[in-house]
Amino acid sequence: MKPEIITGAEIVIRSLQKESVDFVFGYPGGAVLNIYDAIFNQKHFKHVLVRHEQAAVHAADAFSRSSGKVGVALVTSGPGATNAVTGIATAYMDSVPMVIISGQVPTHAIGEDAFQECDTVGITRPCVKHNFLIKDVKKIASTMKKAFYLASSGRPGPVLVDIPKDITAEKTEFIYPDKINLRSYTPVSKGHTGQIKKALELLLNAKKPMIYSGGGVVLGDASNALQKIVNALGFPITNTLMGLGGFPASDEKFLGMLGMHGTYEANMAMQDCDVLFAVGARFDDRVIGNPDHFLSKPRKIIHVDIDPASISKRVKIDVPIVGDVKSVLEDMYLIYNEFNEKHDKNNITSWMEQIKEWSKKDCMAYKDDESVIKPQRVIQTLHKVTKGDAFVTSDVGQHQMWAAQYYPFEKPRRWINSGGLGTMGVGLPYAMGCQLAFPELQVACVTGEASIQMCIQELSTCKQFHLPVKIINLNNRYMGMVRQWQEFFYGNRYAESYMDALPDFVKLAESYGHIGMKIEKPSEIEPALKEAFSPKLKERLVFMDFITDQSENVFPMVPNGKGLSEMILAEDDQ
Amino acid sequence: MENESGALSRVSGLFSARGYNIESLTVAPTEDATLSRMTIVTSGSDSVIEQIIKQLNKLIDVVRVLDLNDGKHIERELMLVKVKATNKYRDEMKRISDIFRARIIDVSDNTFTIELTGSASKLDAYLDSLDSDSIIETVRTGASGIGRGDRILKVQ
Ligand SMILES: Cc1ncc(C[n+]2csc(CCOP(=O)(O)OP(=O)(O)O)c2C)c(N)n1
Repeated sequence: MKPEIITGAEIVIRSLQKESVDFVFGYPGGAVLNIYDAIFNQKHFKHVLVRHEQAAVHAADAFSRSSGKVGVALVTSGPGATNAVTGIATAYMDSVPMVIISGQVPTHAIGEDAFQECDTVGITRPCVKHNFLIKDVKKIASTMKKAFYLASSGRPGPVLVDIPKDITAEKTEFIYPDKINLRSYTPVSKGHTGQIKKALELLLNAKKPMIYSGGGVVLGDASNALQKIVNALGFPITNTLMGLGGFPASDEKFLGMLGMHGTYEANMAMQDCDVLFAVGARFDDRVIGNPDHFLSKPRKIIHVDIDPASISKRVKIDVPIVGDVKSVLEDMYLIYNEFNEKHDKNNITSWMEQIKEWSKKDCMAYKDDESVIKPQRVIQTLHKVTKGDAFVTSDVGQHQMWAAQYYPFEKPRRWINSGGLGTMGVGLPYAMGCQLAFPELQVACVTGEASIQMCIQELSTCKQFHLPVKIINLNNRYMGMVRQWQEFFYGNRYAESYMDALPDFVKLAESYGHIGMKIEKPSEIEPALKEAFSPKLKERLVFMDFITDQSENVFPMVPNGKGLSEMILAEDDQ
Repeated sequence: MENESGALSRVSGLFSARGYNIESLTVAPTEDATLSRMTIVTSGSDSVIEQIIKQLNKLIDVVRVLDLNDGKHIERELMLVKVKATNKYRDEMKRISDIFRARIIDVSDNTFTIELTGSASKLDAYLDSLDSDSIIETVRTGASGIGRGDRILKVQ
């Protein structure tokens, strides 16, 4: 059969179809009109029209984080592309597989400061895994194939494809390659057996072992493999903010999240262990605190990661294992079974005693109140009402930390937040992406009155596409996290961190055609959440404005530049 | 690396974004027109150099990275120097150039233009040996390097 001759725009659409794309999140404009015209005539994927390009990229990003598929966004040249940059950088920092298609001015106009021209490939270069500017219609299909392959293989990440308008109008044969071979890109998947054996030997002889897993376990679908090996070893484990859900929070071996707002027991065990097993994590500054303090205790470190550049970047590693985390953990489990008779589980008895002692601090306790709403209580009630099984997206700030701390996750891909870039505004578009990926499941967006206003326009998108997400706005009338730092480190000088002139969120929600609720008393928390998640409101977006304690802080806290074991606890704050 | 437009800016962007030093960088296509070869001179602690190599390898357009310092290698840089060549200097210039095996490639009433190839330190030594008042202009290419003997960097 002779290949069909079609336009570049049609090739873009057919390529997306070949990649089994279900949703494209986008916003039209001059440079992509040919592509939109081709979208008009197809039924293979649904186009979700957002209200701002930043939200298109965030929503596609969350679609990917929740479903594991590649997220796709489509934006026009110039301002469309620059609006998308925050979303792209956010996805890049958290290694989310995405393909972003941007329109460009016609090839003959490039470099002439044409209307809506910007150097999109130049602007996005530092925040994409790779990008392409297509200058020949014959290259669209193969470039699209490469983009999807690069985005989803190795350490995943966003890939941008910039297509000048004239190229989308030209015609050529449509031949979509089945496979792509790049001599310069050959990601490893299998870990080195010798290294895995070495790691096991260290682990089995450890007196004070600790496992620390991160976002790589979630992205790499390695949660089951992780549970198998951790259950076999019987060692304590902590998750990073990005790794939550990678190991079930209800398991007794789970010590909670670690890091700047991690639990006392997780941070102490991390600091004090003699063998540390890091899986799909990257020793981020928010996780290990001051690296010099961290390294002041001797310990052996094993590190499994798909990205060789993550290994020995911030902390020197003793046993590096480069490979796909899932494959490495599965191999490790098999090898463990070969020599598990060598494993004396009594090795760690006194270590487990010590951890129990640390846990007695009960570092997550907070003083509840009968007259003013405590944010922690809202999250705990959300957990109860959703039976711990909702997708929870968050924005950035105190509410994000409380959601991470007080909503224990049992499954991977349920906790969706911007850990790396810390982008305020992601919460609502993230909820949209999850809800589209899982229309039947509950999606809660935990946000703050400052963050939600950064993408509030998406309430309109939610109306158009019937996305019944539940928004839990922890409204403390402050940029709470900023206020907390100002309280601790800037002598209570609350420079520009109050939120004045707030809208009436109930009316705002209603004006977009949604349901609004204002909740001011602790006794109303549970009834309100129950109603919002009731079958009666299953089809509706509900905006819950919880008026919370203005002075509440997130504890424990490792102050910036301090060591992991130098936490401020709630009890110190009296 | 792949001889693609933008590949050079990916490399230089990486160095500036991550705060690595670049002392010099040379690049040109190879005998295989789809590939170009770059020599970068940089400095840093062992762990920084290790990161630089890993980060370079991570760039999609980069096919292979080799640290020439890991083995025997040859390094050459080309320099063109324009010097004053008035009566007083003329013989002196010739003499020093002979010692360094530099070649005078252009002559005018008042100037010589001299070409010199060698390691960076040889070029430095040559400049040091000239009277600094006599130097009008210099241009250097930065080093290109290649392994000695059987040590080769090639893509199969
Ligand atoms: C786009 C962006 N701008 C600024 C910041 C810095 N920042 C971090 S948290 C925060 C305050 C967030 O306030 P709010 O959304 O009300 O949440 P709260 O901390 O009160 O729970 C700010 C301004 C950021 N993370 N992202």
